Amino acid sequence: MAEQTTYNDKVVRQFAIMTIVWGIVGMAVGVFIAAQLAWPALNFDIPWLTFSRLRPLHTNAVIFAFGGSALIGTSYYVVQRTCHVRLFSDKLAAFTFWGWQAIIVAAAITLPLGITTSKEYAELEWPIDLAITVVWVAYAIVFFGTIAKRRVKHIYVANWFYGAFILTIALLHVVNSAEVPAGLWKSYSVYPGAIDAMVQWWYGHNAVGFFLTAGFLGMMYYFIPKQAGRPVYSYRLSIVHFWALIFTYMWAGPHHLHYTALPDWASSLGMVFSLILLAPSWGGMINGVMTLSGAWEKLRTDPIIRFLVVSVAFYGMSTFEGPMMSIKTVNALSHYTDWTIGHVHSGALGWNALVTFGSMYFLIPRLFGREIYSLRLVEWHFWMATIGIVLYITSMWVSGIMQGLMWRAVNPDGTLTYSFVESVQAMHPFYVTRFLGGVIFLAGLFVMAFNLWKTVAGARSVEARIPEPATAH
Amino acid sequence: MNWIGIYDGVFTLFCMSVFIGVGVWAWSAKQKQSFEEAARLPLEDDDPTPMGKENEA
Repeated sequence: MAEQTTYNDKVVRQFAIMTIVWGIVGMAVGVFIAAQLAWPALNFDIPWLTFSRLRPLHTNAVIFAFGGSALIGTSYYVVQRTCHVRLFSDKLAAFTFWGWQAIIVAAAITLPLGITTSKEYAELEWPIDLAITVVWVAYAIVFFGTIAKRRVKHIYVANWFYGAFILTIALLHVVNSAEVPAGLWKSYSVYPGAIDAMVQWWYGHNAVGFFLTAGFLGMMYYFIPKQAGRPVYSYRLSIVHFWALIFTYMWAGPHHLHYTALPDWASSLGMVFSLILLAPSWGGMINGVMTLSGAWEKLRTDPIIRFLVVSVAFYGMSTFEGPMMSIKTVNALSHYTDWTIGHVHSGALGWNALVTFGSMYFLIPRLFGREIYSLRLVEWHFWMATIGIVLYITSMWVSGIMQGLMWRAVNPDGTLTYSFVESVQAMHPFYVTRFLGGVIFLAGLFVMAFNLWKTVAGARSVEARIPEPATAH
Repeated sequence: MNWIGIYDGVFTLFCMSVFIGVGVWAWSAKQKQSFEEAARLPLEDDDPTPMGKENEA
């Protein structure tokens, strides 16, 4: 079979291109709603342009459209390369691409219309939830089917992380989306009250742990060794990293619900597991960064490796900040403030987006058999992204801590020192700064899109041949 | 008899021993060679590497 002598890179190319497209869309919506927070008149009194409707569009677009396309695309690339076989089924792989894009379009239509379950990061209504389930099962069949027919004995660690991501997202999605339809575009959760909240944040935090962490760690474990041209720092550490992360993440969700109707023991349990999480997170970070050990000069000479390694540094920073914020007394100050938003974006922009950019700079020229158009523009993009992130997270830190302090300040007679609107007024300069940071980050993404466009314009797609495995097993 | 408490304790011990077992297995000398081979898996394909020349220069 001639088909079986090459990799299926068509579906990888499709997902890679859509990663850039959805990145621009999702982040542009983010910049727009950041502007609305600074200048509320920008909602133009049009219902489907209000912050409340566009904010879930932004989060869904960056997490599931940008992040999802990057994850599915790179997982198809990595699983084929490390198993030395073509994808399990070309047709099913094509179905996952078109199915996933259709779901994104459905989200982009329904969310501005105000159709939502109102569960954070699980806003899509039940017909779309069913479609997600079907596409995800197809994705699992393609991925694990490819692993099953691999020509090497060992399953490379990146595939373990991608596999855990696929299995856990399936579990989380099915459990948290259990809902009773009340018409075509309306449903009610099957869980009552505080149980619903607990299930939601079991889902929500594991979406962070398995979508935004495990999946992207799969990228880290493939693309950093690849771009650095050396094997991962410690393979045994990667195994312990994997199992420690899996055992711990599942229990950390209740830290989203400190001081609520949740039982106190559940809240404490969530806090303890969040603190333990620091160990596997930093184990993974050390493994990624130390892969460069002995080749540190690459950080100066290769902007792509810089994207990848700095992303891991941001991963380390936000996985230190997260456990700290899960401590109840810290959370009492930070929760419901902009500090949380800053934390999320140091993870989302610093870790997820930067590791994706680095991987795409590696991947896209290869998928089209071209050299990258301009390394100087990669360098420009790196600095624009970094400056954008720093402006974003520092402004949100200052704004968040200030909000928290203003809300808890009391006069000697026990009355509140500040009214709520005074804290809103005080946030304004920081909202403008955050908007500027977002604009610079988005502009960097346009530089990337231009650079990659010039790289692939007129190029023919490459059908890479499958090499024989190096070691006979 | 508080069976739930006993179950909780047994399950905690089970998870702990599985995790320690993984650690012992990962650090055992027997695995060393197969791990070294596994770690080289991403590096063995002969994809065109457009960035390669520049980096090695």
